[in-house]
Amino acid sequence: MTMTLVRRPGLAKVRTKRAPLYVASLVFAGVVVLLALLAPWIQPYDPNIADLGNALAPPSGDHLFGVDAAGRDTFSRLVAGARTSLLGPLGVVVFSTVLGAAVGVAAGWRGGWLDSVLSRGSELTLAFPGLLLAILIVSVYGEGLLAPVVALSVAYFPYVSRLTRSLVLAERARPYVAAYQVQGHSGLQICVRHVVPNIAPVVLAQSTVNFGYALIDLAGLSFLGLGVPALTPDWGRMVFDGKSAIQSGYPLSAIIPCLAIVLTVVAFNVVGERWADKVAGRTR
Amino acid sequence: MNFLRFAVRRLLEMAVTLLGASFVVFGAMYLAPGNPASFLLGGRSASPAALEAIEKQYHLDDPFIVQYWRWLGNIAHGDFGRSLEYRTDVSDLLSSRLPTTLLLVGMALVIVVALGLALGWLSAVRGGAVDSGILVGTTFAVGTPSFVAAILLQGFFAVELGWFPSSGSGSGDGLGAMLWHLTLPAIALALYLVGLLARVTRSAMLEALEGEHVTVARSRGVPERHIISRHVFRNALGAVLTTAGLIVSTLMVCTVLVESAFSVGGIGQLLELASTTKDFPTVQAICLIIIGLFMTVNLIVDLLLPLVDPRIKLGTRAAS
Amino acid sequence: MTTLDIRGLRLRLPGAARPVLDGVDLSVDASETVALVGESGSGKSLTSRTVLRLLPKGAATEGRVEVAGDDVLTMNAKQLRKLRTQTAAMVFQDPRAAINPLRRIGDFLTESARLNKLMTAAEADTRAVELLDAVGLSADLMRRYPGQLSGGMLQRVMIAAALMGDPRLLLADEPTTALDVTSQAEVVTLLADLRERFGTGLLFVTHDLGLAAAISDRVYVMYAGRIVETGPSESIFARPRHPYTRALLASTPSLDTPQGRLTAIDGQPPDLRQELHGCPFAPRCPLATEVCTTEAPQSTSAPGEPAHTAACHHADRLAREAADV
Repeated sequence: MTMTLVRRPGLAKVRTKRAPLYVASLVFAGVVVLLALLAPWIQPYDPNIADLGNALAPPSGDHLFGVDAAGRDTFSRLVAGARTSLLGPLGVVVFSTVLGAAVGVAAGWRGGWLDSVLSRGSELTLAFPGLLLAILIVSVYGEGLLAPVVALSVAYFPYVSRLTRSLVLAERARPYVAAYQVQGHSGLQICVRHVVPNIAPVVLAQSTVNFGYALIDLAGLSFLGLGVPALTPDWGRMVFDGKSAIQSGYPLSAIIPCLAIVLTVVAFNVVGERWADKVAGRTR
Repeated sequence: MNFLRFAVRRLLEMAVTLLGASFVVFGAMYLAPGNPASFLLGGRSASPAALEAIEKQYHLDDPFIVQYWRWLGNIAHGDFGRSLEYRTDVSDLLSSRLPTTLLLVGMALVIVVALGLALGWLSAVRGGAVDSGILVGTTFAVGTPSFVAAILLQGFFAVELGWFPSSGSGSGDGLGAMLWHLTLPAIALALYLVGLLARVTRSAMLEALEGEHVTVARSRGVPERHIISRHVFRNALGAVLTTAGLIVSTLMVCTVLVESAFSVGGIGQLLELASTTKDFPTVQAICLIIIGLFMTVNLIVDLLLPLVDPRIKLGTRAAS
Repeated sequence: MTTLDIRGLRLRLPGAARPVLDGVDLSVDASETVALVGESGSGKSLTSRTVLRLLPKGAATEGRVEVAGDDVLTMNAKQLRKLRTQTAAMVFQDPRAAINPLRRIGDFLTESARLNKLMTAAEADTRAVELLDAVGLSADLMRRYPGQLSGGMLQRVMIAAALMGDPRLLLADEPTTALDVTSQAEVVTLLADLRERFGTGLLFVTHDLGLAAAISDRVYVMYAGRIVETGPSESIFARPRHPYTRALLASTPSLDTPQGRLTAIDGQPPDLRQELHGCPFAPRCPLATEVCTTEAPQSTSAPGEPAHTAACHHADRLAREAADV
C-alpha cells in the first residue's frame, strides 16, 4: 500500500488552493502526536481496567466516548492507543528511511553491481505487498510489534531507496559536484555535506506519506489479531475488539478508533504531499 | 525486438523473480525460534504420527537447499503440502475457497475500474467545484484502510439499516445470494483503489489535456466529447494500465481484512486463520498465489502496453 | 469580399495590465498570401488563433474578426464548427506535438470530417489519400503512426489535414520553425503551390521577415500587440518606415549581402504587466524623441503609396535615411 511521490498523481490543487485542509491536517497531526506523548496524564481511566457492569455504556460525562464490550473506557484506550499506533509506523519510517536512503545513495553514487543488486531486489520486494510480508513473518514469529515493524520496513525500503537513487543521480549530474571533485573533495565528503542535505527534504516528504501507509498496514495486522498482544491498547486492536459489538448494534467502540485511524492517515498524507510539492517547487 | 522474443524474456525474468519470492516464502520458516519441526507443529500435540508426517513432508534431515528444491518441485505439480490445522491437502482447501474470493475480487475490480475511471475523468474534465469535491473524496478514500471501510459499512448498511447481510458469503444459495452477500465486502475492498485510480486517471488526463494536439483537434472542429475520449482519455490509458498489477495484488491482499470482517469463507479468511493458527504450508501457498497473480498481471500489462501506446517499444517500461 | 478581415481587434487577458492585442487591423484577400511578422510574444500567434477563436482561458475580446463575411467572435457553436471544419484551417508550428502520437495518420486526416458527419468514412479516406498525394506523400501512410514519420513528412500531413474541408482561408503559424532546413524550403514551396491550386487565402505567421517578404504579397509587422507597419512586401523590404522593421531586417541573415553585419535588437519587448504610454518601441528605438514616450503614433501612409502604412512619429525621416543610403 505505498504510493511513491515521484509520479504524484495528485492533489496539487487541493494542496495549493485549499490551504485550510493542509492547516487542519497539520494541526490534527500535531494534536495526535501530543496526545500520544502525554497519554499517561490525559487518560481519565486506566485503559485496561474492565468495569463489566458498565459494558457498552453510551457516551456520558464520565465516559466521553462510552465504554467498550469489556467495560473499558474508550477515550482512555484511544489516547493510550495513540502511542502504539504511532510508534509502530514511526519505527517503520525510521528503519526504512535510514536503510533506504543509505542504499539509495550508495547505489546512485557508486552504480555498478550495487545498483543492479538493488534494482533486482526492489523488483522482488515490489511483488511482495507489505501486509503480505508482515503476515508471513508474523505467522513465523507470532504476534508482537517488532516483527511486523521489521517486515514492513523491509517492504517499504525499496520505495525509499529507488526515490533516493533517482534523486542522487539527478544531483550528481549538477555542475557543483564536478566543481567540488575538481577541488579535490572526496566522494564521501561531497555526498555527506552537499548531496544528502539537498535531497533530504524530498525523501522526508515521501517518508511522511509512508507513515500513513505504515499506520494502515499495522492497524490492519492488529485488526486481524496478528499485531500487538491482546491487551495492549491500539487503534487497530480496538476495532478488532469492537467488531462483535457491532453485530449487536453497539458500533461506537469500533467506530471511534476507525475515525482516529482515517483522520490520522489523511492528515499525514496531506502534510507529506504538501511538503513534497513545496520542495519540488523550490528545486525546479 | 520482436514480440515473441520479448515475451519469452519477460517470462524468464518473471520466473527468476518468482523463484526469489518462493525462496523467501520457504526460507521464512527457518527464521522461527526453535527447530523447524516444532515450529511446523505450531504447538499442536506432537503425536509420533504427526511428527513422522512432517518429517516426511519436509525431509527436515536433508540440507536446506535440497528441501527447498523438493518443495518447489511439489508446488510445480500443484502439491502445496498438507494443512496441519485442517488435516487435508492445502490445494483442496484453496480450490474450495478460491471461487468465493475470485468473485469478491472480481466485483471489487468492476467497482474500482468503473468508479475510479469515471471520477478521475469527471475531476479532470469538469474542474472547479466538482474537481475539488472529488479530490477531497479521494483523499479520504486513499486514507481509509479496507477493514475500517468494512466495519463502517457493516455497522451502517447491514446492522443499522439491514439492507445487506452482515456476514457470510451466501455460497450454496446460488449466484444471486452470493452477489448480495458480497456487495458490502466488495465496496470495502474497492474504496482505497477507487481513490488511487481516480487520482492516477485525473493527473494523466490533465497532462494529456495540456497537449498541443488537443488544441489542434479543437481547431479542426472535432466535437469536445470526442476530443476527451479520443485524445485525452485515450492518451491517459497507458498510465492507468500500469497500475493494474498493483490494483489486483492490493485487492487480493486486502481480502484478508475484508473477508475476516465479514466472515466470508474465502482465501483471505483462510490466510487469517492459517496465520493465527501457525498453519504454515497454507500461509506459504497463499503468499505464492498472490505474488504469482501480481506478476502475471504485470506481464500481461507489459505485453499489452505497446498496443495501447505505439510510442512504447516492447520492454521499455522498466524505468517507470 | 475579403477572406479574412480583422478590424480593431483588442484582446485582454486576466493578469495583464494592457491589452495583449491592441487594435489589430488585418485583411487577407482570396488567393492572397499575407505574412504576419514579429518577435515571440508580439501577439502574432494569438492573432492567428483568434481567427479560429482558439482563445486562452479568460480572454476578453473587442472588435470584429470576419472570415468570409461572418464575425468569428459572435458565432454560436454550430457556426463555429462550420468555420473550423469548412471555412478556415490552421497549420501548427510543431507537427510532432500537433498530431496525437497514439492515433494513425489516416485517423488524424479524416477524424474531423467523419465525426462531424461531413463525409462517410469511405469518402473521407478517398479525400485523405488524394490530399496525401497532393502534398507528395503516398497512400500507405494512412495506416502508420506519427512516430514512424519524419518532422517534414508530418508537417505535410498537417497541411493535407488542413485542406480536408477545402477551406477558404489557411492559417500557417510558424509552420517551418520546428523543421530542419531542407524540409523548411519544401514546406514553404508546398504551401505556395497549394494556395495557387486551391485558391485559398494564406496568412503566414513567422518571425522571419526575409522569408515573409520572399513568399508573401503583403506583410504586417507586429510589435507588442499592435500592427506597427504594413504594406506590399517589396516596399516594406526596400523602404521600411518603422525602426522596428528596419531592425528586424538588419537582424536577418541574407545571402545577398554576405559582408553585412548582423545586429541584434537591444532590450526586451515590453512586459505585459506594465501599461504602455506612447510608442511601445520607444525604449529600444534609436530614433526615439520626447514625443515617442508621451504620444502613441498613428498609422500614416507613405507618400504616393497609400497601402504602405507605419505607426511611427519618425516614419518619413526613416524613409529619407533609407533613400540616402
